[in-house]
Amino acid sequence: MTGDGLLVAVDSPVHRIPAQVKLVALFVFVLAVVSTPAAVFWAFGVYAGMLVAAVAVAKVPAPVVSRRLAVETPFIVFALLLPFVATGPQVSVLGLELSQSGVLGAWNVLAKGTLGVIAAILLSATTAPRELLAGLERLRLPATLVAILSFMVRYLSVVSDDLHRMRVARESRGYMGGRVGHLKAVAGGVGALFVRSFERGERVHLAMRSRGYTGRMPLLSVQGASRGQWMHGVAISVVAVVVAVAARMVSS
Amino acid sequence: MHVPDGFFNAPTSVATGLIAAGAVGFSLQRASRELRETGPALAGLTAAFVFAVQMVNFPVGAGTSGHLLGGALAAALVGPWTAVLVMATVLLVQGLLFADGGLTALGTNITLMGLITVLVGYFLTRALLKVMPRRVGSVVPAATVGALVSVPVAALAFTGLYAIGGAVDIPLGKLATAMVGWHILVGIGEAVITAAVLSAVVATRPDLVYAARHLQQDLVLVDADGNTSTVSPDKPIAAKPAGRSLGIGIAVTLVVAGGLSLFASAHPDGLEFVGAKLGFDGAAKDSAVAASPLADYGVHGIGNAQVSGALAGIIGVLVTIVVGLAIAKLASLRANKAS
Amino acid sequence: MSGPAIQVERLVFAYPDGRQALFGVDFTVERGERVALLGPNGAGKTTLVLHLNGILGSVAGGTGSGRIQIGGTGLHREHLGEIRRKVGLVFQDPDDQLFMPTVRDDVAFGPANLGLRGAELDDRVHEALVQVGMQDHADLAPHHLSFGQRRRVAVATVLAMRPEVLVLDEPSSNLDPAARRELADILAGLDVTLLMITHDLPYALQLCERSLLMDDGRIVADGKTRDLLGDAELMRAHRLELPYGFNPHSVPGPER
Repeated sequence: MTGDGLLVAVDSPVHRIPAQVKLVALFVFVLAVVSTPAAVFWAFGVYAGMLVAAVAVAKVPAPVVSRRLAVETPFIVFALLLPFVATGPQVSVLGLELSQSGVLGAWNVLAKGTLGVIAAILLSATTAPRELLAGLERLRLPATLVAILSFMVRYLSVVSDDLHRMRVARESRGYMGGRVGHLKAVAGGVGALFVRSFERGERVHLAMRSRGYTGRMPLLSVQGASRGQWMHGVAISVVAVVVAVAARMVSS
Repeated sequence: MHVPDGFFNAPTSVATGLIAAGAVGFSLQRASRELRETGPALAGLTAAFVFAVQMVNFPVGAGTSGHLLGGALAAALVGPWTAVLVMATVLLVQGLLFADGGLTALGTNITLMGLITVLVGYFLTRALLKVMPRRVGSVVPAATVGALVSVPVAALAFTGLYAIGGAVDIPLGKLATAMVGWHILVGIGEAVITAAVLSAVVATRPDLVYAARHLQQDLVLVDADGNTSTVSPDKPIAAKPAGRSLGIGIAVTLVVAGGLSLFASAHPDGLEFVGAKLGFDGAAKDSAVAASPLADYGVHGIGNAQVSGALAGIIGVLVTIVVGLAIAKLASLRANKAS
Repeated sequence: MSGPAIQVERLVFAYPDGRQALFGVDFTVERGERVALLGPNGAGKTTLVLHLNGILGSVAGGTGSGRIQIGGTGLHREHLGEIRRKVGLVFQDPDDQLFMPTVRDDVAFGPANLGLRGAELDDRVHEALVQVGMQDHADLAPHHLSFGQRRRVAVATVLAMRPEVLVLDEPSSNLDPAARRELADILAGLDVTLLMITHDLPYALQLCERSLLMDDGRIVADGKTRDLLGDAELMRAHRLELPYGFNPHSVPGPER
């Protein structure tokens, strides 16, 4: 796992939108999706179309998106169980007794969750971690939190590499791993990893203080986004909001 | 347990978002002194560590696996307020950089995995330390119990949120039993890893364990001329007054557990269903529940579904605490024998 | 102000875990001198250099005693900012030193803490990167650099503060031969007082006329690098060994 997140390093109009604009746009978009009544199916079709178009414009390869969708798996399982355990009137599909509200609920979880994940993938695939941090800083996330985030992102690859090296060392000494043994070996290694990480944290703090750090991190972002960039970036979310409002009116 | 977008309804997401924002703000304030002394780098590295360790899966059973949440562990190592910030950071990075966990569900995820696990874990740990031998090593069994309990409590809170803002009505008693039962197994993995990490840290750098700083020994110093003097180590930065009892930890746990379960069962539709159809009469369809340790809990005879749901939650947590205490007792006996 | 670049007297220190690392250290380094700090692992070398800018020691709230002066300024709480500007510390692991998202952010960190802003800050960053030949990599993230490049950027982060004393912790460790030589060229071209911890004895001889030998938390020898390396008995007593076939009397050193 590198500190680059899911970044797909190409140039596209989506990559060029300032991070704070993308963050706001993403948030508004997902909010619109979440507040759309599940039964208004066409609205989700529109959302999906908008996302597919945005992914295409951003030149993010489809396999990147589909691979990352795997994080959703536990909730897909949950959603698929819903029609069997939910209450209310039952319908019979292919000989199975399913709950009507359960089927709708499963659709609700799957559709909204998937759209949310794809939107988030779009953000992380088109925004370098440093830009994201600068964007959060511009959106007035507390400075301490931005600092912690920035250190975490910086050292993610270092700590993951440590972890990986320890696994290689374990396996190259002929370790095969039964169930209980596996847990024990992993846990012992993780303990050592924490001491390493913590001591590195101490050294980094020493290095910072050596260079005059007194409690305030320098700002990452220099210039804000122009009005044009805001209009441009948030356009997709505005469309989503319009769709959500329309869907609510249709369903009520 | 990373909740995606749209899993809970909008009011629930907003409410948990406010809870999470409040908790992070409060933690920023409470942790500001620690952060000034140890620097944000330490918190960032701890976050990177938690993130990395969350990627290590351990087998839970039936061919599935779980992974560390790390809230209780982080709390024992860096203190509860920094730990809340660490967990919030981990979840924010997972959501923004790796599209793991919905952005509108961020508040929910921080509340469940960042706030509840940390607070339950930490206060149980501190409470247990009060009744254990005054040694740094006691933190290992104490935090192990904290970790073990923190996971099912978070699962219970998840159930509670589902009752309030879940998209579909499902029998909440069953959901609670399944979630808690399953997460007790995950909690055991959490406990084992927490114990191993803490023993490793206590063995090499006992001064790093926040929850046990007040138990440290004095230092002996030899100067340039060979004279010896005794100095006390750095005082704990934000030590709690020592008067708090085991009560706090268990109370926090039970309030969360019982309150949320009660809340869950109080949901009218859920209640209707549970009352009408389930009533813990042993309906045969519950394959997901049958495998869980809670399936056989003796709440069959209780007719009132609301009470029965809350009871399932409280019993689950109580059993976990008792099992945990037993493990702690055993561990400290063994440790005493060894030393 | 005048006075030696570094003056350390009767320095004692114990870590919070109770391990005592320094048992009374005394030495002086004059301005413009290049001094190597030699000694086996665990001798207390890194602990000692972390005292030179008040990171460890009583001034930082730690457990210890003794006196340190940098360029005539006593190491006290009220002078910490000035001392940290004067003493530039390059850590052994560049990953400890490079903590910002990009090379540019990182080199700018120190001067920004000194109050530099805007064009002045940019110039200072560029100047330091040019000194180590890394000006073309300013926008990369540290994890995209090779180890040798990271070491050079680490040196630049300190040079950007224009220190009077440059302190390096094992600068040649883990470098391939070419990167090791490139770094030596950079260091030899700098006009600062230099204190360098190293296990790389030929490197010490190449760059430093004088050496301090440390063991068990004390300075046990102080003299010309060539003489120290040539004293087989002293070397053996403190677990130091010359590379196979290396004769300290037959290679050129920095002496004029």
